[in-house]
Amino acid sequence: MALIELRGVDFSYSEMETPVLKNINLTVEAGEFVSIIGGNGSGKSTLAKLLNVLLVPSAGEVIVDGMNTADEENWLKIRQKVGMVFQNPDNQLVATRVEDDVAFGPENLGIPSPEIRKRVDKALEAVGMEKFKDNPPHNLSGGQKQRVAIAGVIAMEPECIVLDEPTAMLDPQGRKEVMETIHFLNKEKGITIIHITHFMEETVGADRVIVMNQGSIHKSGLPLEIFREIDDLKKLGLDVPLVVELAHELRKKGVEIPAILSINELVDSLCS
Amino acid sequence: MLRNITIGQYMARDSIIHNMDPRIKIVITIMMITALFFIDSFSGYGLFFLSVLVIISLSRIPLLRIIKGLRPVLFLVMLTLILHVFFTRGGEVIWQWGFISIEAEGLYTGFFMVTRIVLLIIFTSLLTLTTSPLELTDGIEYLLSPLKRVGVPASELAMMMTIALRFIPTLLEEADKIMKAQMARGADFESGNIVKRARNLIPLLVPLFISAFRRADDLALAMESRCYHGGEGRTRLYELKVKGTDFAALGVALLLCMVFIYF
Ligand SMILES: Nc1ncnc2c1ncn2[C@@H]1O[C@H](COP(=O)(O)OP(=O)(O)O)[C@@H](O)[C@H]1O
Ligand SMILES: [Mg+2]
Repeated sequence: MALIELRGVDFSYSEMETPVLKNINLTVEAGEFVSIIGGNGSGKSTLAKLLNVLLVPSAGEVIVDGMNTADEENWLKIRQKVGMVFQNPDNQLVATRVEDDVAFGPENLGIPSPEIRKRVDKALEAVGMEKFKDNPPHNLSGGQKQRVAIAGVIAMEPECIVLDEPTAMLDPQGRKEVMETIHFLNKEKGITIIHITHFMEETVGADRVIVMNQGSIHKSGLPLEIFREIDDLKKLGLDVPLVVELAHELRKKGVEIPAILSINELVDSLCS
Repeated sequence: MLRNITIGQYMARDSIIHNMDPRIKIVITIMMITALFFIDSFSGYGLFFLSVLVIISLSRIPLLRIIKGLRPVLFLVMLTLILHVFFTRGGEVIWQWGFISIEAEGLYTGFFMVTRIVLLIIFTSLLTLTTSPLELTDGIEYLLSPLKRVGVPASELAMMMTIALRFIPTLLEEADKIMKAQMARGADFESGNIVKRARNLIPLLVPLFISAFRRADDLALAMESRCYHGGEGRTRLYELKVKGTDFAALGVALLLCMVFIYF
C-alpha cells in the first residue's frame, strides 16, 4: 500500500473561483524522495496543505497510510504521520527555547515527559543542533532555524515530511545545511520526503521530480528526464540551473554531452 | 537600537532560589506581599528587610542590580514622600513657612509608605530576577489550572504568553529594520513635538502590524500541523516537581507572615 495517495483531487479556496488544483492523481511510496517544482501560484503550497489536512479536498480523496483525510477522526493521526516544514523559519517556531520548541509536537500528542526528553535529544542530534538546545530561536541563523523546525517534526516520529520551499528565505550556506539534512533523513532514517522548491538544482538527488503547472501535474519523472526538456520548463517560468542550460546550448551546437545535472558531471563529460 | 533589549530581567545563576519550584516562588511572593501590608511598625519592616537580604545573598544576585531595578519607581517614591510630608497633618510642627508646614505625622507616614513601596518592588523583582519567563509561565499555568473548571483557559493563556515572549524579539528586530528603511527614505522619528512624533510613527506601525498578522496566520497553521489542539491532553517536557527546599521555604515564609500579621 502506498503511503500517500491522491485520487482525482480538486481544490478551490472559494466556490466562486476556478479550482486551484484540478484532478490531481499522485502516489508516494514509503521511503521515496519526491521533489515538486512549479512556477509561482501553480498550487504547490495548496497541494502540500492537503497532505497533512490543513486543507481538505473539494472533490476526490487524499489517503494517508490508509486513512482518509475527509474523516475528522483521523486528523491528529495523519498530522503525526505527515509532518510539515514551512517557508518562513521565524513563523513556525513556537517556544522561547530550542528544546521546548522541538518538544511542542510530542507535548501535543500527550507523550509522557521522559519519552519526550528522549525524542527531543534524538531529533536535535539528527539535525545536528544538539549544542543549541538551550538557545532562544531568534538568535539562530535561518538555516539553523529550519533545522530546528525539522527536528520539531522528527520528534513526532513521522513517516513523511513535507517541506514547502524550506530554503526560499535562506542564504546559500543555510540552503546547503537544509538540503544535506533532508537527504540524510531520507537515506539514514528512511523518512519519506516531499520537497517543494523553486530551485531546480535542489531536485538533484531526488527519486522523482513532479512538475506542477496551473493546478495540474504537468509531468513527472527522474530528475534527468525532466531536465532534458529545458525549453518546456522555461515555458513554465522555471529557472533552469546554469550548467544544465550550458550543456543544452553546447548540445545544440553539436557537442556530444549526456544528460547532466551538476557542474562536476559537466566537467567530467567534457574532459573525457 | 531596539535590538539589544532582553525580555524581563531574569539573571541566570545556579542558586537555591533559582532552583526552587516557580509555583512555590509565586505563592511565597504573594504571601509576603500581602503580609507586607499588615506591617505597622518600622521594626516589622526591619525584619522584612532582613529576610529580603537573606534571599538576595542566597540568590547570588548582585545587590547593585537590585538597587538599579528601583530606578523606574524613583518618581513614584519621591511623589509619595513629598505628598505625605507636606499634606499629612498631625503631631508636632517641625518646620513652618507661611501656610506651608511639615508636621511629625506627615514625616512618619511619608517614610513609612516609601519603605513599603521599596520593599514591595524589591520582593517582586526578586521573583522575576530568579525565575525565567518560561518557568513563570509554567508556574502561572499550574496555579490557574484549578480555575479551568469554571472556564478559565489556563493552558491557552500560558501558550499565549509563551508565544508573546517568543515573538517580542522577532518583532523588535523587524521594527528596527523598518525604522532604518524609512529613515533611509527621509523619515524622521526623533524630532518634533509629541503629536508630530506620534504621527511620524505611522509609517513604522502600519507595516509592522501587517507583518504581525501575517506571522500570526503562519504560526497558527504551523501549530495546527504539529497537532496543537488546545491544552487538553497536553503533556510537558519539564514537569514541575516540588522538592524539600520548596517545602522548607514555604514553611519559613508562613512563619514570617504570621509574625508580620500578628505583631
Ligand atoms: N488562502 C488562500 N485563499 C485564496 N486563494 C489562495 C489562498 N492561498 C493561495 N491561493 C491561490 O491559489 C493559487 C495557488 O497558490 P499556492 O498553492 O500558494 O501556489 P504556489 O505555492 O505554487 O506558489 C494562487 O493563485 C493563489 O492566489
Ligand atoms: Mg508556495
